[in-house]
Amino acid sequence: MTERTALIASSHGLHARPASLFTQAVAKSGAKVTIAKAEGKAVNAASILGVISLGIENGDTVTLSTDSAEATSVLDDLVGMLERDLDAE
Amino acid sequence: MSTHTLTARLHGAGIGRGLAVGRVLRMPDPLPEPATTASTLTAAAELTRASTALAATAVDIRDRGARAGGAARDVLEAQAFMAEDPTLEADVEARLETGLTAERAVYEAFASFRDLLLNMGGYMGERATDLNDVSQRVVAHLQGVKAPGIPNPDYPFVLVARDLAPADTALLDLDKVLALITSDGGPTSHTAILARDKAIVAVVGVSGALELAEGETVIVDASTGTVTSAPSADEVAAAETTRAERLARPAAPTGAGALADGTSIPLLANLGSADAAADAVAKGAEGVGLFRTEFLFLDAQSAPTVEAQQEQYTRLLAAFPGKKVVVRALDAGADKPLSFLNDSAEENPALGLRGLRALRANEQILRDQLTALANADAETEADLWVMAPMVSTVEETRYFTALGRELGLKTLGVMVEVPSAALLADRILADADFASIGTNDLTQYTLAADRLLGSVAALQDPWHPAVLRLVGEVGRAGQTLGKPVGVCGEAAADPLLAVVLVGLGVTTLSMSPAALSDVRAELLLHTLDEAKAFALTALAANSAFEARAAVLEAQAAQRDT
Repeated sequence: MTERTALIASSHGLHARPASLFTQAVAKSGAKVTIAKAEGKAVNAASILGVISLGIENGDTVTLSTDSAEATSVLDDLVGMLERDLDAE
Repeated sequence: MSTHTLTARLHGAGIGRGLAVGRVLRMPDPLPEPATTASTLTAAAELTRASTALAATAVDIRDRGARAGGAARDVLEAQAFMAEDPTLEADVEARLETGLTAERAVYEAFASFRDLLLNMGGYMGERATDLNDVSQRVVAHLQGVKAPGIPNPDYPFVLVARDLAPADTALLDLDKVLALITSDGGPTSHTAILARDKAIVAVVGVSGALELAEGETVIVDASTGTVTSAPSADEVAAAETTRAERLARPAAPTGAGALADGTSIPLLANLGSADAAADAVAKGAEGVGLFRTEFLFLDAQSAPTVEAQQEQYTRLLAAFPGKKVVVRALDAGADKPLSFLNDSAEENPALGLRGLRALRANEQILRDQLTALANADAETEADLWVMAPMVSTVEETRYFTALGRELGLKTLGVMVEVPSAALLADRILADADFASIGTNDLTQYTLAADRLLGSVAALQDPWHPAVLRLVGEVGRAGQTLGKPVGVCGEAAADPLLAVVLVGLGVTTLSMSPAALSDVRAELLLHTLDEAKAFALTALAANSAFEARAAVLEAQAAQRDT
């Protein structure tokens, strides 16, 4: 299990469009990834409803985890994405 | 046809003056809630059914998105993702373990996520309707019935519905809609507003509309509010000829709004952003009668700075040099709450801390807005008027006008939306420079009927004589004191009602730019004396329906002479 943390940069948090872009990127990676807030429950990071239900805001720290063989490159890409302001793109 | 069907005429409120002939397409009714009876299949078999239906729905939604293109494509793509969401499927699976049918489990799973989104409010809350739509489609697929929602055939059609929700109309292919007919909803319903905005022929509140059969030909005449079912071949031919004649005629009179006797009635535009200014000018707006400033504040955690606001106001005012522009101070209403103005839950938000009351409780926000407006005014050539939303007392009027004058604004007025303000208009206008009547809220408060509640929509009709009597109070006060009185609600966009309002003493009318040409044309047909006679006729009626019918009759009598 590989874990990485990311600081959410999107100005309105991980809602709506940023959540949709992020979950699509997870689905495309083919890896099974979970996302969790601080001490909270981990949800399937490819699920837009799961991600939205966490209510992740701008400035929150989240933890991504995966067992994927390409864990490092998959998580690097996803963390990079979360640390950009997706609302502005 | 083997038997001759009797021609029938149905009546409702016409929106605009258009005429259309076309085939009826019924908006399917929403599916009933799936029963909670236990499944006769195994949980595994139900899961296969559910998974197949979810996947097939996602494919279908994506297909529709590809066909629609543009903004609808993004909306539908997001809906497709909801249908194939792994968390949702896991939730469905867990519910199936308890012996539910796939229909019920899908329904409950979507409902629980919908409630979650509703609780989050704001943008996510609005996405809750998307979940409802997806849920209905999956359940329809499972039951092998037609999916509810906007139909999308390949031919042009006349859409018949109870009423349309914003989510429905967002996906409506307007190029194929010849006309809209609804059984519910009045002239201020969402359907009516959409029809006016997009210039679609519409007749709303038509009793008997739901008896119209799928595929039958109807004539829809918005100028008389009539729907003709099973018309004879001659009637269809006559309607087609009339329609061709109207299309061939030069669009609509242009120039300043005026009555037949030359009485000037300036026609202004209702705008929600500075971007819409050019379109309003092109459609003949003589200025802005209502500029809503809410857009600057929506989605914001805190109010924008004076500088940010000033930039937007300057852009707006620069588009109307030498013209009147009426800006309404921030109106956080029951239907558009702003967390930084009022964060406490209220049992009756329409009767709560809203409009000027909310601004007064946060005076710095009001001061910043008025300062930004005064600065923008100094930089531009427009004639800036500023008004306060939802004023209910003389004292509130004095508070607002004093603050505005202190901050350098020249012309200060109030919105009349509460009956108390209409009844004391003579005292309010002794202090305010002008009044603008918001007929949507004035109707809601006069008839005690929530604007957002479908079950009381029939009461939300500005033709009601009680509402018109209050408008008359304000008109009379304005004339006695020599102060302008405008109307900026949906009522001003109803051409015949606009004439009645003028007869009640209203001096300017403000509406969505798309409605300007119809109102301009109607005003030119009547003198001020006729408008006053229409107003007396409407005031003498017992109901909104009778008022409209009596004025229509008076209008017909006038045409015949």
